[in-house]
Parts: sequence; structure tokens; C-alpha cells
Amino acid sequence: MLDFTPKEYVDRSALVINPAKTCQPVGAMYAALGIHKCLPHSHGSQGCCAYHRKFLTRNFRDPVMASTSSFTEGAAVFGGGTNLKTAIRNIFSIYDPDIVAVHTTCLSETIGDDIPTFVMEAKVPEGKVVIHANTPSYVGSHVTGFSNMVKGMVKYLAQNSKTPNGKVNIIPGFINPGDMREIKRILKAMGIEFIMFPDTSGVLDAPMTGKYDMYPSGGTKIQDLIDSGNSKETIAFGSFASADGAFELEKKCKVPAKVLKTPIGITATDEFLMAVSRLTGKEIPQELEEERGQVVDIMVDCHYHYHGKKVAIFGDPDVVAALTEFTLSMGMIPKYVLTGTPGEAFEREVRGMLSEAGVDGKVKSAGDLFTLHQWIKEEPVDLLLGTTYGKYISKAEDIPLVRIGFPVLDRSVHSYLPITGYKGAMRIIEMISNALLDRQDRDAADEDLELIL
Amino acid sequence: MKDKLNKMLEKYPAAVFKNRKEHIIVKEADSEQPQSITANTRTVPGIITNRGCCYAGCKGVVLGPLRDAVVLTHGPIGCGYYTWGTRRNKGRTEGDELNLLNYCFSTDLQEGDIVFGGEKKLRQAITEAVEIFKPKSIMICSTCPVGLIGDDINAVANWAQKEYGIQVLAFSCEGYKGVSQSGGHHIANNGLIKHIIGTGERAVGKYSINLLGEYNIGGDGWEIERVLKKIGYDIVSVMTGNGTVEELKNAHMAQLNVVQCHRSINYIGEMMQTKYGTDWIKVNFIGIKSTMKSLRDMAVYFDDPDLMARTEEVIAEEFSEIAPIMEEYKKICQGKTAALFVGGSRAHHYQLLLEDLGVETVLAGYEFAHRDDYEGREVLSTIKEDADSKNIESLDIEPDSTHYRVVLSQERLEKIKDQIPLNYYEGMMKQMKNGSLVVDDLNHFETEELLKILKPDIFCSGIKDKYVAHKAGIFSKQLHSYDYSGPYAGFKGAVNFARDIAMGITTPSWKYVIPPWKTQPMLEGSLIGGK
Ligand code: SF4
Repeated sequence: MLDFTPKEYVDRSALVINPAKTCQPVGAMYAALGIHKCLPHSHGSQGCCAYHRKFLTRNFRDPVMASTSSFTEGAAVFGGGTNLKTAIRNIFSIYDPDIVAVHTTCLSETIGDDIPTFVMEAKVPEGKVVIHANTPSYVGSHVTGFSNMVKGMVKYLAQNSKTPNGKVNIIPGFINPGDMREIKRILKAMGIEFIMFPDTSGVLDAPMTGKYDMYPSGGTKIQDLIDSGNSKETIAFGSFASADGAFELEKKCKVPAKVLKTPIGITATDEFLMAVSRLTGKEIPQELEEERGQVVDIMVDCHYHYHGKKVAIFGDPDVVAALTEFTLSMGMIPKYVLTGTPGEAFEREVRGMLSEAGVDGKVKSAGDLFTLHQWIKEEPVDLLLGTTYGKYISKAEDIPLVRIGFPVLDRSVHSYLPITGYKGAMRIIEMISNALLDRQDRDAADEDLELIL
Repeated sequence: MKDKLNKMLEKYPAAVFKNRKEHIIVKEADSEQPQSITANTRTVPGIITNRGCCYAGCKGVVLGPLRDAVVLTHGPIGCGYYTWGTRRNKGRTEGDELNLLNYCFSTDLQEGDIVFGGEKKLRQAITEAVEIFKPKSIMICSTCPVGLIGDDINAVANWAQKEYGIQVLAFSCEGYKGVSQSGGHHIANNGLIKHIIGTGERAVGKYSINLLGEYNIGGDGWEIERVLKKIGYDIVSVMTGNGTVEELKNAHMAQLNVVQCHRSINYIGEMMQTKYGTDWIKVNFIGIKSTMKSLRDMAVYFDDPDLMARTEEVIAEEFSEIAPIMEEYKKICQGKTAALFVGGSRAHHYQLLLEDLGVETVLAGYEFAHRDDYEGREVLSTIKEDADSKNIESLDIEPDSTHYRVVLSQERLEKIKDQIPLNYYEGMMKQMKNGSLVVDDLNHFETEELLKILKPDIFCSGIKDKYVAHKAGIFSKQLHSYDYSGPYAGFKGAVNFARDIAMGITTPSWKYVIPPWKTQPMLEGSLIGGK
């Protein structure tokens, strides 16, 4: 497995090998699916749309619908205006969504298609909405695309109608529907009124009913997106996926923005609860304090399962940064921390965490898994924490992999269960602890196999 | 059926109605004129199509499985990333032979490259690939923006070839070319015939063949090879599952081309016939009866009593091994119906395997086929070229001055041409039952409607509509990725398929879809006056 990855580190300036990111549009598509009755639309060649739908479907094991402008050579030369206008007409009459969220591709971006003008010229039926986001795939990553689409939602829809709604906006970031559900559960437990956008719960974790519904019951309602301009404050989880949307809302509707870490682990969840509590004056209820206490109880009781173990963490910047913090608080050593998404801020933030903890680790943004593998070959780790694509390294180096983040293509149920909040923290501990102990059992000599651990 | 179809189509806006009605036909009994379908034309914008792009056909399908080449995607990161490990084209190597199937290579173009051109980065990427992997060949595949920013990938390939003394080929397979993956197949075929096939000199054995259009998904190719080798064939090259550039170089030495997937590789079949005099024969190793027929057809070509006898021996041996278990699965599957919507060959091939199991196909369609895949190659001369197909280069091929030869005498060819599908594919429709539906470029709306109208027990398609079917209570089997199972080809593969289908339709979970309280009275209490 990966037998041709040399141990000697090779500097590369052009060739990406085994990427740890993908292109913007898929993030935009995911975000758009978090609006109720929304059909994401990919303005470019058919292939992009097909790839993005496959990526998301494989990750969630649920239908992912999106349409495409189906560019041909003519459109590539003369621009995709006609294609988009035709598409919008057909989409509304055939698929009847309430809203269409257009994102671009590297093709339409390179051509320089002017989407707002095309949309203005298109026949959008009364009461229906078309929004758009520019998502050039040669900038940033899928996380940037998510962020851009969130920003698009604000730009097109949010309105400050001078009627404060007393709610808190929550931008959850590029996380699973199971996490969005968990964050909502926490807010409800605190008795806080909120608007979450986007919200893919109930869309990409829809139940089996025996009847296919193109627009499942979940997703943020357009009305709520409009009303988000009247909220008290916006809490954005993750500086990469959510901050821009929150700042856009601050600019447009004067709703103050607060950017927090994705609430993964004890500290980040504590910060989340305290922030909303301070903001709303609502107390943190016993129910949540109890959950927190349970997590800490587990951490104290089981620290020897993982304390001092070296871990390599890779994936999307917001999730990886939060996981770094959490693994540090578990007493683990994040030896290598890598994201494919470019961003100095990520490196600064994670380096800060490591140096504060006195951990000597390597940190990289805009990295790829070939680099990660080479690092590991130089000095191995005990555990990999990241996406399915880590399985090649896991097999090559015989290191257990705990699957977290996007995408997870080779295991199921992950999208339903949280990694956020205290419940999520508990689940991460269980996954990490099990992986390490399974390995210990597998490698133990017969006389050393422990019944109790 | 026609009424229901019309009702469905009437929901379309006029222009879409006009377009789509040409892509749908009900197979009719003894219609005077052979029925004709429209295929390989543009998908209407806004339609939720399953189709992919030119790059997917070139890099993803044809070139991707070559394990000894650095297949380098030149473009922003997405395309390369999505074709990394997702197609299940398996490959393995002996010793320290290069195998790059688990790697993904991309130039990951950034904004500056789009503005100022990406050639410099491409050159640097090649330099780095050569330094790290020391491959004998590199294949550059360009994605959407590359054509627009004017990168001359051919010039870069030429430069690299000289600079590093290895083979570097350029494939301009930008996503917008053609109307589907199909254009990409053609572009890849062109590159292979122009630059690779015909450059090797391996001495071949008796009964030498190339296996064309077999991508070793889930190990299909290995299962087919196992049987072919058992019979005594010398497999010179496989295009391209578990294939290598090194093997492909010798393809012209083989006596016969055996074509599994007609759509993606028929160009090479045809061009090799012109250039080297190599005949091709259409086979189908999916299904038991069709595997037997294919093996027998191959033996007829070689016209050798020993080979024929050996073929019968192997067929008997293989069949007796699987027959009892197939019977068991058949009991479960018998009488069920299936709808098939897959690529450019499988929607045909799998009808035969399903038939082996007693399952009737009520709908079949291709994602990116041409009319000949539906109606047979006899319609080739009547297919009108449109702007989109003209954009894909068609090579002018001449007989090769050194390697052209005649394998079978004209007399022999004449004799067997009615017996076996020699240089011919009959298409999918001829074998289909009257009243069944044929739909080209099936889209989401039609899928949803037709599942309601036809209520098949099994829907064989891809990942994008798998869960649509499941949500509607219909078992869906992916026929692109086999739901990560396989092989499904040949005798043993048929058993795997039968097992998976039987499992899918009988798994107990289907029983729990409707909660019991929806079907049982929930009010507790006694009826006044008793029963
Ligand atoms: S990189 Fe560009 S062409 Fe490729 S999938 Fe992404 S948007 Fe489409």
C-alpha cells in the first residue's frame, strides 16, 4: 500500500499528491441543501455536478439532488447565460423548488459569467427565489465554497425589518446533520430561540418512510433566513466555514457577529454554552452540566487509554483545529496537524495551541496526504484522526484510523451521530479509546491480553 | 403504457417535452421500421441528469485504470480528487513494478495560474512526479478551465518527453467537450492508438487476444482472465483494467480483440482493424448463458477443434460448480422485475444475468450511449454528426506498413460472420421484450415517475439515485460500483451477483418501513356489546 511514497521528504511546489481538500462547489452544494425546499444548481459542465452529488451521497447515504447548466463547448466559448436561463425555467416548472441556489464552477468563473445579471433576466416565477454564490474552484477549498454559499444566503435574503425577533443566529459550519441536531438540542435545552442556517438535518439524514420526497422536511425556512437580519446576535462556528457569513450579516443588518470554535470537545462546548448564556441571560441548565460532568468523569477515569499517545489529525480547518484542542485536553500529543484548505490563520491558531501545551508538532495548511505520510514515515504516530482517505496511510503504516470529518465514505451512521457538544465529546473519546485498545488487544501476546482495561 | 408515458411527458415544458420524447421508446412487436431512439445529444440545462463529463470518460474511465502511469490531472483540485479511488478499478503488481492506483495527482491550479497560465506549474509538477516516482509514462488530462486559459499541454508533453526521456501524453479532455463521458472515451482511445499501441514487440502465443473495454471493476477482469487462461488464451493486453502502458504497447500483436464495453472502446477496436487488420468480436461476460456464448464465439473465430473442445470442457466444469447455488438464488429472484439505468453497456449486459435469475427487465437505458449501442452498428451510417460530436476528433487511420496483416481469410470471415458478432454489435434493443421501455439519458424526474409507474422490484443504477429508490421502498443495486462487491462477471461472478440481489430483496429491514402503529388499531378498550 502506497509503496512508492519515499521516506525522504521531497519539497514540492506544484504537484499535489493525495489531496486533503476538494473544490469549492461541493461545499456550496452542501450548504444549499440546508435550506428547506432548495435545489442547488451547478453552473458549469455536467461533470462537476455529478461529482459533487456523488461525493455528498456517498458521505450521507441519502439522496442529493442538484441540477446543472450542462455546458457544452458553445457555452464555454460564448458564456453560459442561455444555459442558466433555460435551466432556471426548467427547474421551476419540473422540480418546483421554493428556492434555487446557484453556484459557479471553475469553468463559468474562468469565462467570467455574470450570474446576477443572468438571474435578473431569467423568468423566476412569482414567490420563488434564486440566490447565488461565486465558488471558483481554484481558490480555497470545499470549505470556502460552503462559506461563500452561506454568505450568499445572507446577501440575498437576510433583512433587518426593524422588528427584533430576540433570536440568536447559529451558523453551524461544515458539519454533519447529526451535529446540527445536537447543537439545536443544546439550544433547546437552554430555552434559547434561534435560527440555524444552513441546517441539513432532516434533509440529509431523512427517515425511511416508503415514500420518496424530493424536498424532505428539514432545512432552514426561507422566512427564517430573511428574519435572521432581525436577530440579536450571530454565533458562527468555525472561522473558515462560518465567519464570513456572520460578518456579512453584521454589515448588512447590523446583527453583531461572534465567531467561536466548532464546539468539539469540552473547552469549545463550554465556550459555546457560556457565550449563548451571556448573550441571552439564560442559565446553563443542570441537564447540560450533568452531561459535561459525565464527559469529565470519563476523561479522568479512562485517561490512561489515550494519554501520551501521538496522533495525526487531518481534514477541514475548523474541525481539525477543534479536534486539536480536544485531543490536547485529553492528554494526547497532536504530532501532525494538517488541512488541505489554505489559510495562515489555521497554522497560527493550531501552533498557538501546541506551543501552549508544550507539544512539538508539525502544522500545515494547504497540505496534502502525501506530505502527512512522509512525516509519519519519518516519525510514526499511534493514531490517525481524519477522513476516509486516511485509510491508505493507515494500512500502509499499520496505524489505526478514527474516522471524523468529510468525507467518510467507508463507514456508516457517522452522519447521524454528533461529534459536537458534550455528547459528541463522549463519542469521540469512545472512538479514540476503542481504536487504541483494539490495537493493544490485537498486538498483545497471549499472556498479556487483558480482560479488563 | 404509452398513455402513462405521455402523461409523464406532458408535465414537461414544451421544449423539454419535444426533446425528451425522442429519447424514450416502448419496444414494439414487429414494427415495420426498426425503432429508432435519439441518443448522444445534449442534456437540456436544468435537468437533473446522471451524466458526467468528458474528463470523467477520459481520465476516470479509460486512462485511470493504467497502473504504471502517472495520470496527472491538470486543473483545479476537484476533478482529480473525485476520481481518486472512487471507481473500483482494481489492480495489483508483482514485485516492485510501479503501481500508482492509490495515488491521486493534480496540479491544483490556483487563481494566479488561471490568470497567467498554468503551463509553468504543469512543467514543475511533471518534474516533481519524475523525481519522486520515476514513471515510464505520464498522462496529462486537462479539466474545464485549461482549454480556456490556453495552456498548450501538448507542448508541455513534448518538452517533458525530451527532457526526461519518458513517454508523456497530453489529453485535452476538458469537461465541456461533447455531451457526456462519451467524448472522453473517444479522446482517450485516440491517444492510446496514436502513441502507445503498436510500439511493443512481445512475441505472442497461440490464441492471442486483447480484452477491450474491461475495467476490472470489483475484479471482473480477473475473473474473466481466469477462465480465458484456463481455456488457453494468451491475453496480450487488457484495456484498461489492471492494465499497463507496457502491455498496451504490444496490443497490435494479438490476433483478436475481444470487446466487452462497446461504447467506451469501440474506437480502438475499429481503428485497430483498419491499422493492423485485427478483427474484433463483441462479447458479454456478464451472465452465465452470455459468458458461455462469448467463449464459444471466440473459439469459432480461431477455428481450432482443440480450442473448441477445451472451451466446452471449461464451460462444463465452471457451470457444474455454480449451477446448484444459482438454482437456489433463482428461487428467490424468479418472477421479479428490474429497471436498469447504467453507463453505455451494462444496461444491456446485466439484462442477461438477470434473465439467468428469472428476473425480467422492464426498463433499460444508457447514460451516455450512442444510437448504435441501442439499435446496433448497422445504424452507424445514418447517425448525423452534430456540432458536439464534431468537436471530438475522429482519426483518419491507415493500414500500418509493417504491422498490418490479414488474420482470417476472406472466405473464412464470410463463413463465420453470421455465426458470431464479428466486428459487429447488435445493440441492446433487439434482445428486449416487447412492451419494455428504453430510455436514453434517464433523468431524476423520469426516474421518480417511472418507478411509480413500473414498480420494479429492483432498480439497478448508480449512487446518485440509489437512495431515491430505497426511500421509495425499492431495492437498488449500484451497477457502476457494485455496492463495493464483485466480481460479477463470468461464472463465479454471477453467483456473487445473485447472492447480492437475493440479499437486497430479502433483507428483513424492508419489513420495518411502516411502523406497526400505522397499520394496527391503537385504541385500547372494549367494544360495547362485545363481538
Ligand atoms: S475542479 Fe472545476 S471542473 Fe473540476 S469538479 Fe471542481 S468545479 Fe468542476
